Amino acid sequence: MGREMTVLYRAAAPETLRIVPLDALTLIYHRASGITHVVDAPVPELLEALTPAPQTLDQLLAALTERYDLLDADPAALAIRLDELVQAGLVERL
Amino acid sequence: MNPGWRLATILRDPSASLAFSPEEWTELLAVARAEQMAGTLAHRLHGLALPDRIKRLVEDAIASTEQVRLAALWEAEMARRALAPLGVPVVLLKGTAFAAAGLSPSAGRNIGDLDILVPLESLGEVEAALIAAGWEWVKPDPYDDAYYRRWMHELPPLIHRERDRMIDVHHTILPLTARITPDAAGLIAASEPLENGLCILSRPDILVHAVAHLLADGDLAGGMRNLWDFHCLVRDGGTEGLLERARHHGLAREMARALRLSHALYGTEVPLEYQRLGLADRLYLRRLTARDGWGRQTRRPLRMAFYVRSHWLRMPPAMLARHLWTKYRKGYRPVG
Amino acid sequence: MRHIAHLRIGPAAFRIGSHWRAPIAALEDLYRDYPKPEIPDFNVHLFAARPWRRYLRPAVHIGGDFTIPDAAPLPLAQGLLAAEMGMNLQMALAQRRYLLLHASAVERDGKAVLMTGISGAGKSTLAALLMARGWRLMGDEFVLIDPRTGAAHAFPRLISLKNQAIAVAQAAHPQGRFGPLLAGTPKGDIRHLVPDARAIAAMAEPASPSLILFPRFGFDTAERPVLPSEAFVRLTQASTNYVHLAEPGFDALTRLVQSVPARAIDYPDTEVGIALVEALA
Repeated sequence: MGREMTVLYRAAAPETLRIVPLDALTLIYHRASGITHVVDAPVPELLEALTPAPQTLDQLLAALTERYDLLDADPAALAIRLDELVQAGLVERL
Repeated sequence: MNPGWRLATILRDPSASLAFSPEEWTELLAVARAEQMAGTLAHRLHGLALPDRIKRLVEDAIASTEQVRLAALWEAEMARRALAPLGVPVVLLKGTAFAAAGLSPSAGRNIGDLDILVPLESLGEVEAALIAAGWEWVKPDPYDDAYYRRWMHELPPLIHRERDRMIDVHHTILPLTARITPDAAGLIAASEPLENGLCILSRPDILVHAVAHLLADGDLAGGMRNLWDFHCLVRDGGTEGLLERARHHGLAREMARALRLSHALYGTEVPLEYQRLGLADRLYLRRLTARDGWGRQTRRPLRMAFYVRSHWLRMPPAMLARHLWTKYRKGYRPVG
Repeated sequence: MRHIAHLRIGPAAFRIGSHWRAPIAALEDLYRDYPKPEIPDFNVHLFAARPWRRYLRPAVHIGGDFTIPDAAPLPLAQGLLAAEMGMNLQMALAQRRYLLLHASAVERDGKAVLMTGISGAGKSTLAALLMARGWRLMGDEFVLIDPRTGAAHAFPRLISLKNQAIAVAQAAHPQGRFGPLLAGTPKGDIRHLVPDARAIAAMAEPASPSLILFPRFGFDTAERPVLPSEAFVRLTQASTNYVHLAEPGFDALTRLVQSVPARAIDYPDTEVGIALVEALA
């Protein structure tokens, strides 16, 4: 599917998420859906970066590169992660 | 009083349960579960001075329906996200609509599949968008699929591959084979938007749909619950304009009958003309309340008659014979 | 329903109705020391699909408040098994007060050891043998976690022993009360062992979970710690109602895996298995 540059990604509101880091993995209970997600990095980081406001793919990539030392700032890989989160309902495509 | 009627009596007047024997409680709960009304009953009983055991069961049932409500609303939200780019009206139906709009039948109501109504001309793109968003056909069966597409008022059911939840996409509220053909475009034209962009039917159309579902489309299985929905909606908003709207959709007879049945079973306030039952009404009431103290259905011949009748309503006779034969060969049984 | 039994197992109360006398008579005998509740949480019915099938090659269908479609009927000689399956089904499909874990559990000094694993992992056998060694049996099939307190509640139904486990349990419980041998069931030969008097007397007493074990039978002896995230995922898979409990279920399970150590144990025979459990507990 064609990805326009203007597509915005919005994370589920923080008050709808219970995030419990366990060990290598993190549990996310999503109150709006009642679904529990067991996730690895970088999912918690992605959700956190999207929390202040919806962002485009490029904006998100820039924010992540600045905050974490991203060695391979690959937009295609990030897009795949975001699509997974959209499927899971934790991120909405606007 | 048979256990089905006793459930109706307690839904009308919950305090009548306070004199119940343990056996009457046991039967009441069994019938309520069988009718998918345990949560509804629990909401009606909540707050009364109940025996401890019953209080526990009431609390559990209320907590359980809260989770059901949440999951149903989430399913609607995911359908909204999948369909929003199409810009077509998406109308929630039945239980999910009641929950999304905060209508009174939703208190404790069980909600199964997600039912939505979309314009007939958008059916193809709606189907494609849902499949792109992770919904899949439930076990493809050539006969059922062809049957649905040719004759039914909905797409063959889709199930989401991750969430394991079904969606029924309707383009009208009765099968195309039924002799009654409601004004589907009118239903959508009169629908009302919710805050999130999804729609619900107008109030009179919600009642028309409840009536179509109860009396023109089924074998009355689950009828106590459907009639309770109807009762709550009439109680909240009265009967004005209902018959006119039902007549527009070809469902005036059914609307009148639903008003009579609801008055008889649940004590709904209705105009005087709907307060007298005919012989057929009494048969409907017997069928609606046909449960024993274990929640099992009784009155088998009567149930079979209603099953054949419900198919008669939907299909011309030659087609009915073919359909029942195909179903029979595959081992289908009319009722559980 | 002509024949009816009432019984309570742990916090759950059942009413079982049957078209035949035999399954009810078996229940009343084996559950004779259990409380008889007035109002059940769940109903189970054992019924003939057609009236003549009560007498002619009787086939016992399992019904109840909650059922699954297409459950295959059992012959009347296995009516007791049908009743047990019916009760299990109600718990699995509709228990909403407790987080239900498909696990066996034993208790000592107020501390509960939970053992969960796939069918054949030996959780019933281990529980039966630990009961013979002075542990209080809490249950061989389900353990119930109360989301309000985190405590484990017992569900000491009849212990369901299969195939070789029958002889093993008989040797460990020479005085034990056993049900009839049910030969040729869908799961092979089955024989039920009645939990001992202590397990029945204490069945309303909860215990504090202190160890979660994931046993595997028939492997060389091995033992490893299980990370909380792995324990979490495996316990959600071992729970039939985790999703239905919503956030309280999440809280209960998160608290359990964060506060209780978990270990996977492999054992070649029951002696080694018992030694491993007692060494870790």
